[in-house]
Order: sequence, then structure tokens, then C-alpha cells
Amino acid sequence: MAAEGNTIDALSQFELTHAFGPIGAAVNFTQSNAHMLIAAGLVTAIMMLGMAPRAIVPGRFQAVAETFYEFVENLVVGQIGHEGKRYFPFVFALFMFVLFGNVLGLFPYAFTYTSHIAVTFGLAFLVFVVITVVALALHGKKFFGYFFPEGAPIWLAPIIVPVEVVSYLSRPISLSVRLFANMVAGHVLLKVFATFVVLLGSLGVVGPFVAALPLAVNVLLIGFELLVAFLQAYVFAILTSIYLHDAVHLH
Amino acid sequence: MTERDEFDERLKQARQRRGLEKDASDSGGVGQVGLPAGALQIGLRAGIEVVSALIAGAGLGWLLDRWLGSFPWLFLVFFVVGGVAGVMNVYRLFSPRTGAGK
Repeated sequence: MAAEGNTIDALSQFELTHAFGPIGAAVNFTQSNAHMLIAAGLVTAIMMLGMAPRAIVPGRFQAVAETFYEFVENLVVGQIGHEGKRYFPFVFALFMFVLFGNVLGLFPYAFTYTSHIAVTFGLAFLVFVVITVVALALHGKKFFGYFFPEGAPIWLAPIIVPVEVVSYLSRPISLSVRLFANMVAGHVLLKVFATFVVLLGSLGVVGPFVAALPLAVNVLLIGFELLVAFLQAYVFAILTSIYLHDAVHLH
Repeated sequence: MTERDEFDERLKQARQRRGLEKDASDSGGVGQVGLPAGALQIGLRAGIEVVSALIAGAGLGWLLDRWLGSFPWLFLVFFVVGGVAGVMNVYRLFSPRTGAGK
């Protein structure tokens, strides 16, 4: 698929195909769904098996589970404060799902489900609904005061209120587009340089030597993409926490 | 498990002596300071904030227009509102936020 007909085809990797043969085709079960299931299964397995020993001095597996837990806990408590512990399961589930989607996508033959705007927007919309419901449940009608800062002259309301509403509505969009754009850009870049390797490699005697250059770039890019995969999951989780902080404290 | 609590306590004291433990006053209301820094990251973030606010504004205007049947007008108004909201998002991104008590 990399270099059919000597063209660079960087986008076909994002196409959905049916998984599990005719059964998957009958219910529209795609490889994207299959990878979501794998990610969810892996996260559950790490947490369940890791925490099964309940040792005071953790083994390797338990240390992994505890590292994830403490990382997200520090993030949530640091951003929202101690009352934010209620929302820890939500942020933790989101973080792990996004992280495993990003990292699993870097394996050969794997599919990155976070590279589809439908998936990331679904997650971001879930966050949006949760923060709005939390703010409404905690503050009731006072939540609408959020759209008009105290002390502003009342005649400015026709300008400030629509701007604040649009700014609030733009949250799920920026949250989803950020993750989606980062994943797509990374995978397109990887594919383009991988295609260079194939195209240059067929260049006769000098081919393999020239092809080593894009190959070296790809080695660096994989490392960079691992960083981005982690960073974007972190950004998704921390922005969710910041929005939850706004919902809880309503400034 | 008292043995464990005691250990946590001693660990905390030891970490505080070494200056590893952050003060309790530090937690809460860190705001967006905790986000990764770096020119490219910040630039991307600012760009995405503007674009998403524009999309939200234009989308809202278009939906209102479809509902009220006043096609280009509300769309145009909310396009501008989206632009303003985008600039405000970027301003919020860089203005330091005050603590959790706000």
C-alpha cells in the first residue's frame, strides 16, 4: 500500500474497513471499533491484573498501574482541587482510552482510532455535556452568570453574551480538533517518509544508500510520535480537568 | 493499615526535607500554566483556539439562520462574533489565571 504506482498515498491508512470478516461486515464493525475494544481490554487488564496482588512493595506490573493512577490523580487534584476527586474516574478513563488509542496506532498494521474526528469529537462532546451538567447541578441558575462577567456595564451585554456563548461552544471543537489534527499529521508524515524509503530504494545502485536518509528521519519521527501520543492524551486530560475546574468553581 | 500510613507519613517528611514535596498551598488553581510549553505547541494551540471559535460561531449562526430563515445575516454576524471569541480564547490562554478560590 505504501507506494503503489509510484505515488504517495498518505491518506488511505485512515480508511475504515470491516473487521471480523462477514460478521463484522453485517453489523458494520470496523477495525476502528476493534482497536477501541483492544484498548479498553488492555486498560482493564493492566488495572485489574496490576492491582490484583495489592502488595505494599509493588511488583513491576503493579508499579505500572500505580504510576498511571497517581499521574492522573495528581493532575486532577492539582487542577480541580480536592473536590475534584469525584471526577477522577471520568478523567482517568478518558486519559487511558486516548493514550492507548494514540500509542496502539503507532504499531505496524494497527489503526489509530483517535485520528478520526468522529471519535475525538464524540469524546470531546461527552466532556462538554459532563461539564455543563456538573455546572448546572452544582450552581443551578447561577451557571448562566458565567456568560456575563460581574461588573461589566449592562449595555455591553449584547456583545459579551454571544461572544462568551460562542467561546463556550468552541471548547469541544478545539478539544477534538487538537487531538485529531495531531494524530493525522503525525501519521501522514510517517507514511510520506516511509514512501520515500520505498521510492528511493528502487533507484538502482545508489538507491539503498539514499533511502537510508528518509529511513533515519522515520526513526526519529517514531520517537517524536510517541512523545506526541503521550502529550496529546495528557493535554486532553488536563483540559478536561481545567473545564471541570471552571464548572466546579464557576468564576 | 497503620503500618502503611506511618510509612507514607515518614516518606512525606523525608521528601519535604529534600524539597521534593510541593507545598499543599501549591495544589489547586494552577490554571493553564501546567500545559506544555514550547513555541510550536503554543502556536498550534492558539491557532486551534481561533479556528474552533470561528467554526462554533459560524455554525451557530448558520443553524439560527436555518431556523429563522434569514439566511446570510445571522451567519455573517456570528462569524464576526466567532472571530471575537477566538481572539478572547487566545487572550485567556496567555493571561495568568488566579487560584481555585476565584
